[in-house]
This record gives sequence, structure tokens and C-alpha cells, in this order.
Amino acid sequence: MEQAPPDLERQWQPATLEPLGHTDAGLQAAVGEEAEGSRDEVPGDGTEHALGLGVLMTENNFGLKKIEISVSEAEKRTGRNAMNMQETYTAYLIETRSVEHTDGQSVLTDSLWRRYSEFELLRNYLLVYYPHIVVPPLPEKRAEFVWHKLSADNMDPDFVERRRIGLENFLLRVASHPILCRDKIFYLFLTQEGNWKETVNETGFQLKADSRLKALNATFRVKNPDKRFTELKHYSDELQSVISHLLRVRARVADRLYGVYKVHGNYGRVFSEWSAIEKEMGDGLQSAGHHMDVYASSIDDILEDEEHYADQLKEYLFYAEALRAVCRKHELMQYDLEMAAQDLASKKQQCEELATGTVRTFSLKGMTTKLFGQETPEQREARIKVLEEQINEGEQQLKSKNLEGREFVKNAWADIERFKEQKNHDLKEALISYAVMQISMCKKGIQVWTNAKECFSKM
Amino acid sequence: MSGGPPKGLPSTGPHSLLDMPHPLAGSSSEEAVGGDSTPSPDLLMARSFGDKDLILPNGGTPAGTSSPASSSSLLNRLQLDDDIDGETRDLFVTVDDPKKHVCTMETYITYRITTKSTRVEFDLPEYSVRRRYQDFDWLRNKLEESQPTHLIPPLPEKFVVKGVVDRFSEEFVETRRKALDKFLKRITDHPVLSFNEHFNVFLTAKDLNAYKRQGMALLSRVGESVKHVTGGYKLRSRPLEFAAIGDYLDTFALKLGTIDRIAQRIIKEEIEYLVELREYGPVYSTWSALEGELAEPLEGVSACIGNCSTALEELTDDMTEDFLPVLREYILYSDSMKSVLKKRDQVQAEYEAKLEAVALRKEDRPKVPADVEKCQDRMECFNADLKADMERWQSNKRQDFRQLLMGMADRNIQYYEKCLMAWESIIPLLQEKPEAKLAPIWGNEETTWCLFTTTVIGGQPGSQPRYFHEDFFLLHPIAKHNIFSVRTSHFLIFFFF
Repeated sequence: MEQAPPDLERQWQPATLEPLGHTDAGLQAAVGEEAEGSRDEVPGDGTEHALGLGVLMTENNFGLKKIEISVSEAEKRTGRNAMNMQETYTAYLIETRSVEHTDGQSVLTDSLWRRYSEFELLRNYLLVYYPHIVVPPLPEKRAEFVWHKLSADNMDPDFVERRRIGLENFLLRVASHPILCRDKIFYLFLTQEGNWKETVNETGFQLKADSRLKALNATFRVKNPDKRFTELKHYSDELQSVISHLLRVRARVADRLYGVYKVHGNYGRVFSEWSAIEKEMGDGLQSAGHHMDVYASSIDDILEDEEHYADQLKEYLFYAEALRAVCRKHELMQYDLEMAAQDLASKKQQCEELATGTVRTFSLKGMTTKLFGQETPEQREARIKVLEEQINEGEQQLKSKNLEGREFVKNAWADIERFKEQKNHDLKEALISYAVMQISMCKKGIQVWTNAKECFSKM
Repeated sequence: MSGGPPKGLPSTGPHSLLDMPHPLAGSSSEEAVGGDSTPSPDLLMARSFGDKDLILPNGGTPAGTSSPASSSSLLNRLQLDDDIDGETRDLFVTVDDPKKHVCTMETYITYRITTKSTRVEFDLPEYSVRRRYQDFDWLRNKLEESQPTHLIPPLPEKFVVKGVVDRFSEEFVETRRKALDKFLKRITDHPVLSFNEHFNVFLTAKDLNAYKRQGMALLSRVGESVKHVTGGYKLRSRPLEFAAIGDYLDTFALKLGTIDRIAQRIIKEEIEYLVELREYGPVYSTWSALEGELAEPLEGVSACIGNCSTALEELTDDMTEDFLPVLREYILYSDSMKSVLKKRDQVQAEYEAKLEAVALRKEDRPKVPADVEKCQDRMECFNADLKADMERWQSNKRQDFRQLLMGMADRNIQYYEKCLMAWESIIPLLQEKPEAKLAPIWGNEETTWCLFTTTVIGGQPGSQPRYFHEDFFLLHPIAKHNIFSVRTSHFLIFFFF
């Protein structure tokens, strides 16, 4: 995909303010043979992501090195929040290792602690500066779609563990994205513990963020958005709806399955009690009861594994939102463009009317002229001149907006295609692993009941 | 007093199984058993018993003529019971062919009872009658009356809550039929009960109601006297073995009750699980409609979950129909056994009381008076009968429960196997890589090459088989021998050219 001229400023210095909509479509290949070589390995298929590797620029040279990122630990901490109140939060240890090409050994290069809110900050920054990219989502802030045995408590160790994995996944997705991986703020997130927040805020990205209201307005009023984006928006809405539904029902299914298995545990106890009054039947009953206990307790591991599947679905549930964000941006830009074109057209018309003296449409000027008399030729000249300047400017702006718009569409669609491939691949893998889980569960069930049957046969 | 040799003609009597032609041999019942060659008019009449035997109030007609049960199923049932070590069997009873009768007063079900026997007590070698639950109930009461020292098998529950259970549903009727069949078979197996007069009449009479009305109580001496035992005697000391039996039955009934509750609970949970599954599967279908490449995998998962749901439904149905009723039967069984034990206690108490009364009397007779002796007899007979029955019951119980629990395990295994098959069959579908699907171009014998490009994979169970493509070689058109493989979901094909 073609890329905009390299914008190294974003990457290597505290970012300077840039007009919104300037799509920083990423750098061209950085200098260096190493870079060329590694660039081929920049993944679009997620394989590197799966391996926990990412590609990053180092500060010293422009070479791309392979690194490993892991969120290895989670720790409960207490501190003071913005309102100077005591609060408990969880901090996550992020370790970065660079992989030496020669021997494949990894060396720990950085390690620091971050909390969830800092991840959120990073993501919000990425959303603003890469509006054409489907930005990977964060794991859920609060536990949702829980079935009754799962805790909805954010401090629950299982939840924290799953969140740790989710955060690691997020970092790996960013690091394996061909464009996002080169972002300096991201790099600093991994390497600069102190002061990172200030650095991010200094970029002033919050100011650049599109207002929700503006976006909503654009969505309703845009006349000619690219059809593909409209379709994509519908798709992401429906995807979100269907995955939510799926997760809700799955949670209920898990609940019920849990109940079925656990009740079988009662057999264990009663068979044992019954065997006490039996002579020949006793042994068989007793050992069968033991198998019932095994059966009942096997469900805990089974459902824990299934949570992993649910998490994979959740990621794509949240990805739907990221897709929508890109569509929204397009609608906003398109609306902007349409408004600018409309504005230009009206100005041109005004100019024409002034020049020819005909009033074709209703205008305030026309009214006042009628009421208060015509203006002087000098006045008119002056106005025409102003208008002509504005028209010129307008045409320039329209041209650049058009260009921006087309660039955006092109780049965004390229990333969307990349995303589609990734999604199809990941979800297929998820379905396969789900099927494998079910197969394993069935095999365990057959095993247990076969054992029990054998015990019964010896009764 | 447990069943002596049946009185009868010396030439007839129980034949060894080997001598006797198989009860099912040939549909011609003209063949008399035991050497009689001329078919008697009675024999011929027996054939048409099926309908005429039905005495229906208000002249109601049976729902249809009954046809003889299929040989194989009857044979199976017979073989199942044929477990007594080497014992010769001369009585076979089966319950089948339930039919609904709709009359103005009521609607009810009758079952066909088929009896085949070589015993003297039976005039004919084969009988076929129709009976309804009422008749079974009557039989059981009569047996209890006439054989109070024996354990009478239980009947399935009499009353069903009309609103909750459909008395005429196929499942209910079938469950009941099985229980009634078991009831008669247990009596048939019993060396004493099977010779009971009432039982005989039940199996053979054309008009059972007339017999019932006659109120012919052919009670044995023992039976009559036991019936008249009044309560109110206090038992001194229960012999250890009967105390043990009592305790055992108490605990046994308790445990069975718990198992019944657990089984019911499991079924309830499974049904609720099923409800959720039935909503879960279709969501994948809905999702599939949104997708392109993922459409087939998602649809596959949806179908798979559907199959698992069906398998689960079968499991719960089976458990409800086959497992729970048998449990309940045993609970009823142990209840009725407890009351027999109580009666035994009464008999013993009466004897002890009478004995004591004699001892207290000043008359020092060297010999114990006759009625006390009779009491002692009664008690000892009762004890002996009960002991024998208990042993038989224990051995049957062991077998029954072994079968029942193995059946439960079996059904669960089958459920998981069905699910396993479903999930395993979609793995290839999920792993399928989407590639251009082109039809293969086959060469004939003369050509030496074949361009193979199809890469369609997997397939839903039951649908058209598709090919699973792993490695494929684009074949050099010149090479004489080209080998490539196509693996279908079941076998490997090698093509040699």
C-alpha cells in the first residue's frame, strides 16, 4: 500500500500539533538492510502476534528489531487517586525482551509497571492519531457475561489473570500491526515508566479528538458516504449484537452444565452409604461412587478452559466498536467535505449574483437591498473581491479535503482488509479450539461412565 | 408349605426345555404339547381368544384385533428371564400390545397377556387374554391375601396426577406395560406364587370379572389362619436375622429414595441445560448469515450443537422412562416387604403369647396344646417362606440393579459418543482452507496426466461427502506415472496413471 511521505516527527520527537485528518499512514521502510529484511516479516496474519513477538523501532537506530512483549505479573496496589482518596488498583508488569537474531536468545531490555487506566490512555491516543486503523481493543473493564460461579469482582484473582492475558494480547496486537508498532508513544509506553502520562498529554490529543456530538451529527446528515463503509457499519452493529447474544447464552449454558455435573456428585455419597449395607454389591457401588465424584469435579477445569473461548469472542465484540469508529471517522470527513462543497457552491452563487446583479435565490442581502436600497458599486466590488478570495481558499481546502478523504478511504480500507483476514483466521482458530475442548469433554465423559459401568458390572 | 409337586396326571407335568418344542415354534397351535396329536376343539378356540376374551362394559369394542407378538421380541424377552441356573422353565408370561378402549363411562387401556405353559394346572398350552390395570391390582390383592407369608412383587403406581401426566401417552403406557410385565415375570419365577390359583385364573379366564364376582377365595389353610391373626400381640424378641432384614430394608428404602431424588434432579438440570442449548445453537446460525468465509464453519457449529441437543433429549427421555420407574418400583417393593415382616412379627407374637398363656396355666400338661402347636407351625412356615423369599429377592435385586445402573452408564456413554462424533466431524470443516473450487478434469486410460484442482473439504455428516485436500501436486503432463492422493473423510484414494 502506498504510504504518505515519512513523517518522522511523530515518531521521534514529542509530537507537534498537526491538523487533524492528516493521515499519518506510517513510515516508509526505515533505513537499513536489517530493516528491509525484518519488514518483510512484519506480519499481517497475526502469526507473530501469536508467538508474542512484535516489531519495534529502537531509539538508537532506525533498524527494526524483533522483540518479545509480555505482561507477566499483576499486583494489587494502593495509592491516591486524582481526588486524593485512597484507592486499590491492580498494576501489571510489562517486560520487553529483545530477541538477538543470531542465537535467538532474548535479553530483558525494559520492565515497568502500568495500570489499566494507562492502557486506556494509550488506546485513546492511538484512536485519535490513527483514525483509519482498526485499533485493537482492550479487555473489558468490568467483568460481564458472567455465569454464577464466576466472580464479577474486579479484584478476583481469576478475573485479574484473564485481564492480564487480555492486556498482553492488546500489546501484542499493537506491536504486530505494521503501522501502530512504529508509534513513539507506544514505544515509550513500553520503555519509559515515569512521565509517560505527561508525555502523552502533551501531544494534546484530547483536544484533537472529534466530539461525539459532531460525529453523531455527521452520521445522520452525511449524504454520500462510501457504500462500503455504510455496509461495514451495519456489519459491525450486527456483529456486536450477535456476539453479545452468543456470550449471554453461553454463560447460561455454562451455568446449567455446571449444575448437571455437580448434582452427579451426590451419587458418590449415596452410593457409598448404600454400599455399607450391601455384601456383594458393596465394592462395585463404592468404586462407582468414586467415579461419580471424579465426574462432578471435572466440570471446573472444563468451564475454566471455556472462559478462554469466551474471551476470544469478547475481543471481537470489542473490535466491532473499533470498526465502527473508523466508519464514523469516514462519515465525519465525508460530511465535512460535503459541507465545504456546499459552502463553496453557495459562495460561488453569491458571487455570481453580485456580479450579474440578479438575485436568483432568496438572500438576506437581496432583502436588505430591496428595503434599504442598493449598495454602491464600490461596496459591491469590495464584496465580490472578498468572496473571490474566499472562493479560492475554499477551492483549495476542498481539494485538500478531497485528497485527505480519498487517502483516508484507501488507507482505512487497506487496514480493514487486513483486519478481515485477521478476524477470519482468529475466529476459525477459536472455533477449532472450542470444538477441541468439546471433544475433550466428551472423551472424559465417556471415560468416566465407562469406568462406572465396569464398577456396576462387578456389583 | 412352599409349593409341593403339582398334582396332576403322571404323564404330564413340567417337561424339560429340551424335550418340549419351543413355545414359539410354528404358529400352528394345533400342535398339542406333550404328545397329543389330535387338536381338541378347545385348542382351536384358544386361537380366537384374543377378542372374545374381552368383556367390555357397555359392549365397547376393542380398538382393534391383536396380532401375535413378533417372534423375535417375544424370544428376546423370554431369553432375558431365562437366567436361572439350569432350572427348567415351564411357564412363560408376557405383557404387550396395549390398546385404548373408549367407552361412554370411561377410557382405559388393556394389555395382552400371553401365557405359554406345559404345566398341568393349565388346560391349554397357550393362552391370550386382555387385562387392565384394575385386574392386576385385584390379582395382587388376592396374592397378598392368599400368600401372606410371601413377598409379593410391586405394581407400578396406581394413581397418577391427571393434570400432570398423560395417562394415555405412549411413554406412560409403555413404562407401565414394562412394569406390569416385570410384575408377572417375578410371579412366574416364584416357585410358590406361580402356582397360585388366582394367578392361574388371571392368566387364563375369559371372563375375569365373573370370577371376581364369585369371590372364590381359595385360601390355603395357612392363608386363612394368618388372615385371622389379630394384632395387638407384643413381640418379645425378634430373631436377629429378621431384625437385620428390617434394618436393611429401612436403610435400603432410604437410600433408594435419595437416589430417586438425585436422578430426578439430574434430569431436571439436564432439561434446563437442553433449553439453553436450543437457544445457543441457532445464534451461531444467525452469525453465520453475516459472514463470508466464516459462514460455513459457524453454520457447522450450529448444526453440531443441534445434534448434541437431540442426543441430550434422548438421554433425558430414556432416563425418565426406564430408570426412574424401576427405582420407584423397588421402593414400593421394600415397603410391601416391610408389611410382610410386620405380619411375621405378629404371628410370632401370637405364638409367644399363647405359649406364655399355656405356661401360666396351672395345668401342667406334658404336651403342648394343639392350637399352640398350630401357631408354632405357622410361625416356622412363615419364617421359612420369608427367608427363602428374601434370598431370592436379594439375588434378583442384585441383578436388577446391576442391569439398571449399567443401563444408566450405557445411556450416558451413548450420549457422549453421539456428541463426540458430532464435534469430530466438524473439525475438518473448520480447518478447511477456502480456495478456488474447480471441477477435476479426469483423464482416461490413454492420457497420462490429470490436473487436479479441487480442494473442497470435509462435509457435514449425512451430506454429500467432499474431498479433503492436503498436499496436491500439479502433475506434469508428460510423466508416465503420476501419483497423487485425495483423502476423503473416510479413506485414501491413490490414483495411478
